[in-house]
Amino acid sequence: MNALTIFRRELGGYFATPVAYVFIVIFLLTTAAFTFYLGNFFERGQADLKSFFTYLPWLYLFLIPAIGMRLWSEERKTGTLELLLTLPVSVPAAVIGKFLAAWAFTGIALALTFPLWITVNFLGEPDNGVILAGYVGSLLMAGGYLAIASCLSATTQNQVIAFVVGTVVCFAFTVSGAPLVLEFFSAWAPDAVLNQIAGFSFLTHFQSIVEGVIDVRDLVYFASLIAVWLFANVIIIEQKKQAG
Amino acid sequence: MMNGLREQGGGANIETRETRRVEAMLEVSNLVRRFGAFTAVDGISFMVGRGEVLGFLGPNGAGKSTTMKMITGFLGATEGEIKVGGVDAIANPLAAKRLIGYLPEGAPAYPDMTPAGYLNFIAQIRGVHGAERKRRIEEMVERIELQRVLHQPIETLSKGFKRRVGLAQALLHDPEILILDEPTDGLDPNQKHQVRNLIAELAPEKAIIISTHILEEVSAVCSRAMIIARGKVVADGTPDELMARSRFHNAVVVQLRGESIPAFDTIREDVARVPGVERVETEGDGRILVFPEPGMAVADQVAQLARARGWEVAGFHVDQGRLDEVFRSITIGEGEAA
Repeated sequence: MNALTIFRRELGGYFATPVAYVFIVIFLLTTAAFTFYLGNFFERGQADLKSFFTYLPWLYLFLIPAIGMRLWSEERKTGTLELLLTLPVSVPAAVIGKFLAAWAFTGIALALTFPLWITVNFLGEPDNGVILAGYVGSLLMAGGYLAIASCLSATTQNQVIAFVVGTVVCFAFTVSGAPLVLEFFSAWAPDAVLNQIAGFSFLTHFQSIVEGVIDVRDLVYFASLIAVWLFANVIIIEQKKQAG
Repeated sequence: MMNGLREQGGGANIETRETRRVEAMLEVSNLVRRFGAFTAVDGISFMVGRGEVLGFLGPNGAGKSTTMKMITGFLGATEGEIKVGGVDAIANPLAAKRLIGYLPEGAPAYPDMTPAGYLNFIAQIRGVHGAERKRRIEEMVERIELQRVLHQPIETLSKGFKRRVGLAQALLHDPEILILDEPTDGLDPNQKHQVRNLIAELAPEKAIIISTHILEEVSAVCSRAMIIARGKVVADGTPDELMARSRFHNAVVVQLRGESIPAFDTIREDVARVPGVERVETEGDGRILVFPEPGMAVADQVAQLARARGWEVAGFHVDQGRLDEVFRSITIGEGEAA
């Protein structure tokens, strides 16, 4: 109940400031640029959104920590954290409420890319099931990045630090499945280890979803990743109460 | 007959009411808070009952705010117990938080919200719903006079309005216990007066703690004051009791007028002969301070003397004591002792 109240306040907060509009405009412009220019949307001659979904993880790598960095560090800095934590709200409810609001916000931004979807449907006959799976995967990935960024923003009142550290950690989670990293390990590490490393990667799970196969294991991966980081988020806030 | 019984019963009731009055709404025992090697709060214990307004006085960094943060559950306690309305605030923080209204230091509020949206949010979180919510918010807005700024973002408000929004937030759910960290900081004299009146109005129903740097505020609103220095309670009593510790307490102050002032030495000798006078001091501008021996009242005799000698008296009063002087002597003394 209280998580819902916080969720509503937070989500409203995005749209009360220029943050939301700036983010959405930049997100839409860059996704369009990536899809049409770098992704060779027209040249490929395929009626799908593959060029969009290929670049999305890299875009999220910077944009999501930018959303997540303020979640807790701003509350700490403005002193509203003291207010929030002295209201009858449990820390988990506050963490979940804030996280869900940020997630819903990225979902809104993602949904606003619908002209791309209209475009491919206008130009050809895409497999809309695959596209839907791609959107689901994107949303899950955004949630994963956000959980990481939220947790790290609880460690500091400096948003720049929260952003940089958040991006680096998100990067580590992204590239652990990239060929570059895997080839480095494949020279000497056994396959089992290789699979483990790849298994931690956003990309590996994201790509399998984008292919149109929503596997339970991929869902479990993202769900548990989010849960673990949010749990750590709660612990950090509780810990700071004790340590000051 | 029945009346007689009633009266007897009434008498007994008054007694229980008296005991209930001193029954603690807030009970803090041996509270300790360390930050690494630094001990910010060092074994503070006190009780606050309904109808009491307890003032925390002390230099900056004395541990006032840290104590408040622990009571309200923002900081964990290193040691000690906190009972809020009979609830163990450390074991059961949410239940304790429901009973408390808290204005944190600096009155933080979400800068992008309007007071209307903010108070609505607080009410929802506090579980004040429906018609009750509307009624409470309207009452607060009226009582604290927020009508003019109700729909402006809080970040654009003046310091005084921000503080008042914070006060409205703390009072919204009509809490049993109010903890206000520097409630009048940043307010102009009229607003200060208003907030003090508000606290005085609320006082009979609630247990209130305020912290302040303004000593006159203590005499104005507090029924009891605690001076905190270096994390310890160094004085605890009614404002009058604290003022009685002043060396100026019961001193007779005589203000003489202009040219008629005889040589100070003569005056001093004259006054010193009055029975019960311990010491005489003179200040510039013809002011004479007469310190009586403990327990002696010398005002009458000094007045008679003045009349007999034909001094032109422009002012004459018995000093209640000076809180700032008590504060300074206690807190500095502590500092040197530690």
